[in-house]
Amino acid sequence: MINLFVQVALYLGVLLALAKPMGYYMARVYEGKLPAFVRWMQPAENIFYRLCGVDSKQEMRWTRYAMAALWFSLLGVLAVYAMQRLQGWLPLNPQGFGAVSSDSSFNTALSFVTNTNWQGYVGETTMSYLTQMSALTVQNFFSAATGMAVVIALIRGFARHTTETIGNFWVDMTRSTIYILLPISTVLALVLVGQGVVQNFSAYQNVPLVESLSYEQPKLDASGNPLKDAAGNAVTEKVVVKEQSIAMGPVASQEAIKQLGTNGGGFFNANSAHPFENPTPFANFLAMLSIFIIPAGLCYTFGSMVGDTRQGWAILASMTLLFVGFLAVAEYAEQGGNPAFTALGVDQNASAMQSGGNMEGKETRFGIVNSALFATITTAASCGAVNSMHDSFTPLGGLVPLAQIQLGEVVFGGVGSGLYGMLVYAVIAVFLAGLMIGRTPEYLGKKIEAFDIKMASLVILIPPLIILGGSALAAMLDVGRSSIYNPGAHGLSEVLYAFSSATGNNGSAFAGFGANTPFYNTALGFAVWAGRFWLMIPVLALAGSLAAKKRIPASVGSMATHTPLFVWLLIVTVLLVGALTFVPALALGPVIEHLNMISVH
Amino acid sequence: MLKELRPAVISFLLLTLLTGIAYPLLVTGISQVTMSDKANGSLIVKDGKPVGSSLIGQSFSDPKYFWGRPSATGPVPNNAGASSGSNLGPTNPVLLDAVKARVQALRDADPGNQQAVPVDLVTASASGLDPHISPAATEYQLARVARLRNLSPDALRKLVGEHTEGRQFGILGEPRVNVLELNLALDVAR
Repeated sequence: MINLFVQVALYLGVLLALAKPMGYYMARVYEGKLPAFVRWMQPAENIFYRLCGVDSKQEMRWTRYAMAALWFSLLGVLAVYAMQRLQGWLPLNPQGFGAVSSDSSFNTALSFVTNTNWQGYVGETTMSYLTQMSALTVQNFFSAATGMAVVIALIRGFARHTTETIGNFWVDMTRSTIYILLPISTVLALVLVGQGVVQNFSAYQNVPLVESLSYEQPKLDASGNPLKDAAGNAVTEKVVVKEQSIAMGPVASQEAIKQLGTNGGGFFNANSAHPFENPTPFANFLAMLSIFIIPAGLCYTFGSMVGDTRQGWAILASMTLLFVGFLAVAEYAEQGGNPAFTALGVDQNASAMQSGGNMEGKETRFGIVNSALFATITTAASCGAVNSMHDSFTPLGGLVPLAQIQLGEVVFGGVGSGLYGMLVYAVIAVFLAGLMIGRTPEYLGKKIEAFDIKMASLVILIPPLIILGGSALAAMLDVGRSSIYNPGAHGLSEVLYAFSSATGNNGSAFAGFGANTPFYNTALGFAVWAGRFWLMIPVLALAGSLAAKKRIPASVGSMATHTPLFVWLLIVTVLLVGALTFVPALALGPVIEHLNMISVH
Repeated sequence: MLKELRPAVISFLLLTLLTGIAYPLLVTGISQVTMSDKANGSLIVKDGKPVGSSLIGQSFSDPKYFWGRPSATGPVPNNAGASSGSNLGPTNPVLLDAVKARVQALRDADPGNQQAVPVDLVTASASGLDPHISPAATEYQLARVARLRNLSPDALRKLVGEHTEGRQFGILGEPRVNVLELNLALDVAR
């Protein structure tokens, strides 16, 4: 218990201490008042705008801002798709991987452009180094920068009044990339290499095994068909393995932006559980910190840009309280272990000698504390990197990631998308409060009117429609059910998790689920796209509508939105909307499985 | 509609060069010059040849070695070219059968040992490549390995201690023992 408290307190302490400097820096960057230590880059930034034909002084209405974001994303889809299909002819492919299948390429392209980074593929047996770094790593930057730009546009909507424009997409996106994401990633990548994350372009390294291994494989005839014996059984041959082939690659540079941009797509199949992606507890600590640092900082940026930092702290307080609640459930459930193991003579008690708990699908160096902590962080944010296998979590431990994604990843959330999601919830919260006392709701001096509530409602309603509708459809179809890996209620949880993760642009998975099929590549590809842009466009519309409004001075009847009362109201709104939408589905998945598990005895 | 197409195309190309070519090459260059051992996989080198990576576990089933975490990779365990966990759910009968078989294999290798088995020795790791086990898992196997190698348990415990890491900076992560490094040291000792 002490171990749990110390590690979690250290993490939250460092995170919250960094929120203000990070948020202050980002506010300066977006307002164009660059601090001295990056001002030397400004001439290069200006040359860049000239080459692109961008007038950095010219601001955009929300429709043009949205169009710019869409064009930029569309190009990303085309480029990532093309790189995967053509990688066999391109350089930096020492393992000689051929083209990725068309449906998998389509899914991966959409997934990485939308900041989802769902992986239907196994990285180390599929993607060339060039694809990894020049297609996938690039989208790790671009999708994060796009999300950050959109939240800044929404913040400007609150901060400004009686104006048509909300900023320039190209300027916001470029500044996010060159002043925030790229410098931090470079430093982080180098520190990660120091911890043991690999960074090279070598072919896979073969090393001798101390103990050789063997397996049986079907014997093939000359034309490649499986041989059968007289009784019709497949003939197998024994293969002896004397070497271990160790996958390599430019991992650290992708790892850094993967966490910082809340992308989450691993270089390797095992993602952040792989010792080459996440070799030490300190690397793991930095990974967790970099997932939350921008979302936490943006709360302060928000407060700073609307001219009242207390507003930002109130949002950050709501997020932190929700996070601690979810974390407690995950830690408790995973440390509790699996009752069926105890009956088999297995020791799951925590001690100075072992972490104990449910260690299936977890790494020894992370134990229970850092596995449950990472899982809660990665799904509170829209990151989706995993350092343990969520499919093997206890039912309640697995419910936490699932529920957090379904709430819309507003607990810190993805870079940009988390805060804009939470601000939409804040709009809904003041609307509910306004209904209760019979006044026109206002937030930050802006009257919240019918159009604003319609846009906010779209953001709240579209994800459950896709998640529940998609899961229901998949559960009814043979092609949908055939990808399920674990039997019983857990199987439904796998389907729900897939659609939740895709729509929420998370990218983590109950990974036993066989999502790399034409049906799921297409269905989940649609879900990631809708979950990203069907929400981003209403958010930008809301920003435009807010920017055009007059600012009304606070009166005695205005509800203060920086008080503990508002923090509580916001938390309740998030939980209530989420609970009313998803409890029935969760009851059929994780809850039933939990009751099954504990009734074994 | 089309007004934003030119900035989209040019910024896409320029920023791709910056983040997709220049950035990874810069990180690679600095890492290869200053930290080449780590950037190239923390390989364990013996007589000038790599014999493993201190970050990537190998599979052991001979009772005279310490066994590591079970691995769910295919077609062989600890396949470092295709990392994977088992992804078996907590109530899946396949998982319970697998754990039961692993407990039995440990009991068969050391029939006198009636202690409860530490959980990390019978559950598959997340990556399938976990290089570590808990100190409890080495203690459970210590008497067996000492007996089969004619070592005194105390001498062996001392060797295990040399390959045990505590929490990083005294706080982060969990205490752990590197199985491959320990077993390589065992082969040198005897």
